[in-house]
Amino acid sequence: MQDKMTRDVWVGLFVALGLAALVMLALRVSNLTSLTGDAGYQVVAQFDNIGGLKVRAPIKLAGVVVGRVESISIDAETFRAEVGLRIENRYDIFPTDTSAAIYTSGLLGEQYIALSPGAEDAVLKDGDRITLTQSSIVLENLIGQFLYNKAAEGE
Amino acid sequence: MIRLLAQLGQRAQEALARLGRLHLFLVSLLPALPSGLLRPRLVVDQLFHIGVLSMQIILVSGLFVGLVLGLQGYNILTTFGSAESLGVVVALSLVRELGPVITALLFAGRAGSAITAEIGLMKSTEQLGGMEMMAVDPLKRVVAPRFIAGFISMPLLAAMFSAVGVLGGYFIGVGLLGVDPGAYWSQIESRVDFHEDIVNGVIKSLVFGAVAIWIAVFEGFDCVPTAEGVSRATTRTVVNTSLAVLGLDFIMTALMFNV
Amino acid sequence: MSMDGDNLIEIRNLTFRRGSKVIFDDLSLAIPRGSIAAIMGPSGTGKTTLLKLIGGQLRPERGEVWVDGVNVHKLRHAELYELRKRMGMLFQHGALLTDLSVFENVAFPLREHTRLPESMIRDLVLMKLNAVGLRGARDMMPAELSGGMARRVALARAITMDPRLVMYDEPFTGQDPITLGVLVRLIRSLNDALGLTSILVSHDVAEATSIADHVYVLADGKVVASGSPEDVNGSDSPWVRQFMQGLPDGPVPFHYPAPPLAGDFLGEASGKEKSA
Repeated sequence: MQDKMTRDVWVGLFVALGLAALVMLALRVSNLTSLTGDAGYQVVAQFDNIGGLKVRAPIKLAGVVVGRVESISIDAETFRAEVGLRIENRYDIFPTDTSAAIYTSGLLGEQYIALSPGAEDAVLKDGDRITLTQSSIVLENLIGQFLYNKAAEGE
Repeated sequence: MIRLLAQLGQRAQEALARLGRLHLFLVSLLPALPSGLLRPRLVVDQLFHIGVLSMQIILVSGLFVGLVLGLQGYNILTTFGSAESLGVVVALSLVRELGPVITALLFAGRAGSAITAEIGLMKSTEQLGGMEMMAVDPLKRVVAPRFIAGFISMPLLAAMFSAVGVLGGYFIGVGLLGVDPGAYWSQIESRVDFHEDIVNGVIKSLVFGAVAIWIAVFEGFDCVPTAEGVSRATTRTVVNTSLAVLGLDFIMTALMFNV
Repeated sequence: MSMDGDNLIEIRNLTFRRGSKVIFDDLSLAIPRGSIAAIMGPSGTGKTTLLKLIGGQLRPERGEVWVDGVNVHKLRHAELYELRKRMGMLFQHGALLTDLSVFENVAFPLREHTRLPESMIRDLVLMKLNAVGLRGARDMMPAELSGGMARRVALARAITMDPRLVMYDEPFTGQDPITLGVLVRLIRSLNDALGLTSILVSHDVAEATSIADHVYVLADGKVVASGSPEDVNGSDSPWVRQFMQGLPDGPVPFHYPAPPLAGDFLGEASGKEKSA
């Protein structure tokens, strides 16, 4: 018969190890650390075509993640995609004429939003709209353009 | 030929009857669970038998699975020139799938079968009947603590499996095969999402835990109270839990990770 | 409908079937308070089933079982459990909890149903163990006990909550003479000392009749004889006499129905060639 004390110690150790494993997975094996922290402020932008952009895709400036895509919906009046961007509060540095473009990571990777700062003094605040946007590159349009140019050259 | 069909039909009928009893059992078990929580001593005892004694096989298996993932992953990734993504391959495989599933399968084999045998033995030596006659509800005293302990243990064990596996992949990849250690961890941190991957993995292990312990406890409670009956019940526990876990894994993966 | 106050147990028109086999057919009997009733009959007459019906573990098809003024099968779950606290049952093989020591087994009902302090539990348990003569075995595990000792521990456990009724399922089966003597003496003395009512299910005629106040003999789901041990022993019925005296042949035949002897040993079926 095992000593009750020893048994309790083992159970405590078991639970502690399990929780430690969970914590390790959460912190070291995932992006939790970048998720927590400030709630961030929201900015919206409209695109003709978002391509493969997904909710929670990163928003980057100069390659550094500054926020995440929060929502994607359709604007029924302009027939364009309305994308909600949540930017971390500590990056309240973007001029109001900042532009947003949808790029692809690598050749075949996931899509993200890259912000290019403008020159205005005023900065974007919660609820502002980014007006200068560049949609994602759609392959078919590119090919179509290429063929059209080739045809125009030939004449 | 007809006899074969008749046998098949009878087997199917028995299986259906057992499925029905399984669910009726859950219905009578659920109200008994709160009283299990009121007896922490019993739950802690069961946590020891179920959780602590499973740790050994879980940790060792997790380590080896991680090592193998590291090896195989490296093999394949170098052909694409992306050996630095090894961490991501190992971590995602473990956290999303292998951690919860393999832990559940090992759990069924080690803890599930032991619980079935224990309860089955108590049934065949009339200990459960004796308890009933002493006005002690065996569902509350015997089954509920085991159920609660199993449910708590599974996500902890699955987390341990995944964590050790990721470390195993690190040892092989970085230690032996020359993958850059910084790349290993940073790739993981950028590609493994807490909500999508970790939380979903924990949800899976909770579901698997509930199913595994439910089947184990039921088979023991329901078995034919003879030596042969108990042995058949333990076999059924392992087989049915494994099938249920794999089936549920498919359904949950399809729901959680829609491409 | 209520009971005659002198009877602790009344069974009225009980019919119970297992599958297609009728176990009890319109069975009626009554057990007075404070007495020891022996229920006897050949193996398979469902004596254990009767105890389970009294304890509410099984439901009858028809008829009623009344215990201490309540109809057992009309009780709700919680009430049934309350009733069971007033009953003690001794299973055929003891049914001790194998992972607990002798002391813990006897303490089990106290721990589950009362909030008594540890010192009081200790005293009660040791008293009960002392009554069955096993106070010194308190720290042994059930696996270490002999069959007879296990039954005595189970008996101590059955009386821990000072029940009104104790049911003994085949307590004498397979015991050595000394243990038999001990058990017989214990059952009688506990019944008288604690004011219990005891039901003894057994087919050990000699032992059971030596201490029973009242004997019921069951066969084919009915009562075939009832009365004091002397009455039943001197019964006119040849069947009862065969049972009580252990005669090998009589109304219950020695031979299981079979074709004539000559057919099996001398005829064609035996495969022996007819002599040319």
